[in-house]
Amino acid sequence: MLEAEVLEQRIRDGLGEVSHLVITDLTGTKDHWEALVVSSAFVGKTPIEQHQMVYAALGELMAGPVHALALKTYSPESWAKAEG
Amino acid sequence: MEETLRDRIQGIIDGNDVVLFMKGNKNFPQCGFSATVVEVLRRSGSEFQDVNVLEDPAIRQGIKEFANWPTIPQLYVRGKFVGGCDIIREMYEKGELEALLSAKES
Repeated sequence: MLEAEVLEQRIRDGLGEVSHLVITDLTGTKDHWEALVVSSAFVGKTPIEQHQMVYAALGELMAGPVHALALKTYSPESWAKAEG
Repeated sequence: MEETLRDRIQGIIDGNDVVLFMKGNKNFPQCGFSATVVEVLRRSGSEFQDVNVLEDPAIRQGIKEFANWPTIPQLYVRGKFVGGCDIIREMYEKGELEALLSAKES
């Protein structure tokens, strides 16, 4: 069983600069998650690359403990636009 | 990953313009994320080949290494990995998916 803090720490450690991070337990069962990540590490990366960076940060957690992970990734600039 | 498995996956991707590796099949998706992508592809009016990874454990594992992408579904268009559920849904909402699917082979 995973805690949101574990995911949060792994994402922060893996990406370096993270300006905004929201982890949501979608089902209350601690295995279906959503992560909203805003990081300057995403600047200039394609959406595929951005998601791969998050997956890489989570590493082996993706191969079992995390059954599902909905991802929303933003650079600081695109996040400012998304927030309107 | 074994070369034969990689070749098998490559063969499926090369043999179809639009391929969706998913859980279940297009008529009976067995995962919400896979169902979302099927629905989005339908709305985009695209024909696509579905590959049910639940029926093929080797492909289920292999496809994750193939694209360096640990989750399913995975969509490939004309040989290129497009993304998973979140990216595809976002592309659909922006109208980018339809553009990609209807683009002529260059």
